[in-house]
Amino acid sequence: MTQDTSTFHKHTIVAWLEDKPGVLSRVLSLFRRRNFNIENLSVGQSETPGVSRLTFTVAGDDRMVEQAIKQLNKIINVLRVEDVTHKPTVQREMALIRVKVDAKTRPEVMQLVDIYRANIIDVSMDSLVVQAVGNEERLNSLIDLLSNFPITEMVRTGPVAMTRGRSSANGNGKHIRRMAL
Amino acid sequence: MERPGGREVEGLFLTPFPTQEKTMKRTGAQIVWEVLTREGIDTVFGIPGGAILPVYDAMPAYPVRHILARHEQGAGHMADGYARVTGDVGVVLATSGPAATNLVTPLATAMMDSVPVVAITGQVPTSLLGNDAFQETDVTGVTMGVTKHNYLVTDINDLAQILREAFYIARTGRPGPVLVDICKDVLNDETEFIFPEEVQLPGYQPYMGLDEAAIEAAAELINNAHRPLIIAGHGVQMAGAENELRQLAEKAHIPVTMTLLGLGDIPETHPLSLGMCGMHGEARANKAIQACDVLIGIGMRFDDRVTGKLEAFAPNAKVIHIEFDPAEINKNVPADVAVLGDAKEALQALLPKIKPAEHRNWMAQIDEWNRESQELDILNAEVEELIPPYVMRQLWHVTQGNTIVVTDVGQHQMWEAQYFLHDRPRQLLTSGGLGTMGYALPAAIGAHYAAPDQPVWAVIGDGSMQMTLQELGVVMQERVPVKIAIINNGFLGMVRQWQELFYNKNYAGTPIANPDYVLLAQAYGIPARRVTDKADVVAVLEEAHHHDGPFLIDFQVKEEVNVYPMVAPGEAIDNLLRRRIVQGPSGLQPAW
Repeated sequence: MTQDTSTFHKHTIVAWLEDKPGVLSRVLSLFRRRNFNIENLSVGQSETPGVSRLTFTVAGDDRMVEQAIKQLNKIINVLRVEDVTHKPTVQREMALIRVKVDAKTRPEVMQLVDIYRANIIDVSMDSLVVQAVGNEERLNSLIDLLSNFPITEMVRTGPVAMTRGRSSANGNGKHIRRMAL
Repeated sequence: MERPGGREVEGLFLTPFPTQEKTMKRTGAQIVWEVLTREGIDTVFGIPGGAILPVYDAMPAYPVRHILARHEQGAGHMADGYARVTGDVGVVLATSGPAATNLVTPLATAMMDSVPVVAITGQVPTSLLGNDAFQETDVTGVTMGVTKHNYLVTDINDLAQILREAFYIARTGRPGPVLVDICKDVLNDETEFIFPEEVQLPGYQPYMGLDEAAIEAAAELINNAHRPLIIAGHGVQMAGAENELRQLAEKAHIPVTMTLLGLGDIPETHPLSLGMCGMHGEARANKAIQACDVLIGIGMRFDDRVTGKLEAFAPNAKVIHIEFDPAEINKNVPADVAVLGDAKEALQALLPKIKPAEHRNWMAQIDEWNRESQELDILNAEVEELIPPYVMRQLWHVTQGNTIVVTDVGQHQMWEAQYFLHDRPRQLLTSGGLGTMGYALPAAIGAHYAAPDQPVWAVIGDGSMQMTLQELGVVMQERVPVKIAIINNGFLGMVRQWQELFYNKNYAGTPIANPDYVLLAQAYGIPARRVTDKADVVAVLEEAHHHDGPFLIDFQVKEEVNVYPMVAPGEAIDNLLRRRIVQGPSGLQPAW
């Protein structure tokens, strides 16, 4: 299916899910079924026990993204969905990057790591493992530089995001609605 | 919907039970029935098997009736037909493995048409899960995309709560099918049964309230419209909003066209009804959509069969979308005014703000289009052969429009929609969203149990009949008084039509040989007749309609007849393929 991607831009979405078996599977199944362009996805515990937090980025035009959010909301175990793309957010991602080095290039790499305020967490005779945390652009630029050395192995977590400012009563999992029958 | 002694709470109907209930020890299998009966279920459809045997063993102690199907697909469609007539949940039981996978088609059918069905399947014991055990399938994985929600029960202490939730999810919000897969050791296990008072679903918000500001904006648009038009869909029936719809139409003289699943929202005999719109809808309805300046979509989702080419759909109109499911708004057609809410509530809020109006020129234009269409209507032409539109129209006359009609899928389905004039909701049962061949016979059986004192006619193409004719066994065993009209043309008709129109008459795989349906019916102990002559149609329909018990009619109709008008795929809805009618020696004749 060819899509006109000229109006596409990337949205960052945060979803709060019930922490139960199979819930993530439902969410991923939905993305595949509805053909959403998911680029990154990260899921883990939230501040509320029993509630996990999913951050993902989806590329599309406004209507596609609106659909993605609405369809996600329809899943019974999804508690809340928020599009944080246009809100002030902090966004962080972590990468572990194994760089091949020799005696000559090791200092250069260490300098770059220093400049980026990243850390070296593993050393061997021919490689260093760099741990870097930051937003996506910052990581991209560090990785770009390190790839000259070259990079032999890399893992990225994908971004997680949190809106800036006051902690509002988010209603993510706290307001459990009891329907008396 | 009346349920004796019941009370309505947030859309649920509960039969009264003594409030001081001693808790009691029950097996998992018994808990299934304890919850089902409290949820108001007295009829279930299914086929027993190893994993679900405990449920069947516990059944006779409870006030429920079980209808044994012949294929789980049939059982699923029976539950669907039952649900469409009552408006409440239909229940299907099946065992594990192949039985559960046989439910996929009826679950998908119910999902696409928003029908409340609860499917309960047996599963291998918890110790064998994931082991490729005998008759094990990952049912919850397989049905994830075709159910509103599903559950796997591995602990008996979750069972009552899950079943309660399943019913709640199936019947509230936008209804849909829910599957509950229960491990066999859970069914055999025992615990204290406590009927859950609450349903805790923090992520489920079935009711979004009514958007008052949008109602104002909608009223403004409608009051200033010169050529307003309503498209009414299934949502009007689900909300029970047919009165409000008619009041709106009559107050401001707004013509109403209906989707396939909306037929009956307003009586088709009403002067403001334009009949069905869309791919095989009436020309006047499609032309009206293209010419209108305010389009009010109520309880419909702008499906592709209705809109044709989206870029060319309703080019001159501001769109008001009154819709219950937020995900449907702006999904296909951008709404100028989106009214998120239940159709009945929305229309009730809207009505007082609508000014009476007449729109005489608009009505005259639509009447003109209707007059043009009459010349091309095959029923107004000289036709000696037996053709399906004639059968449909005579069925309407003979039943006086006072019957439940269940159709299968294909040409006959379209002709029934066009020529039988539906005048009330929940009258026409048809697989619209999924287009499932084989739907009609089992759904008609389910419909009978939902409304035992109403006649039920099943209109089925020969191709569709061969898909689920094993359910004639149910008609035989239970003496289900359904009337079966087979529209028999020896082809997979709708596919043949496409091959004729778009594939150069390359009838690959479409000619289909049929058994002698009269002999077959007799083998099942069902009285039957064959009709080959136009002159015999009415008499046989009368005989069948007044016969006490099941009856089958094999209508052997002219083979190569097409459904018109037609909007070819990817075309705008006013780009219609019309029937060719020519002036013959004795009057207007179709050019076959």
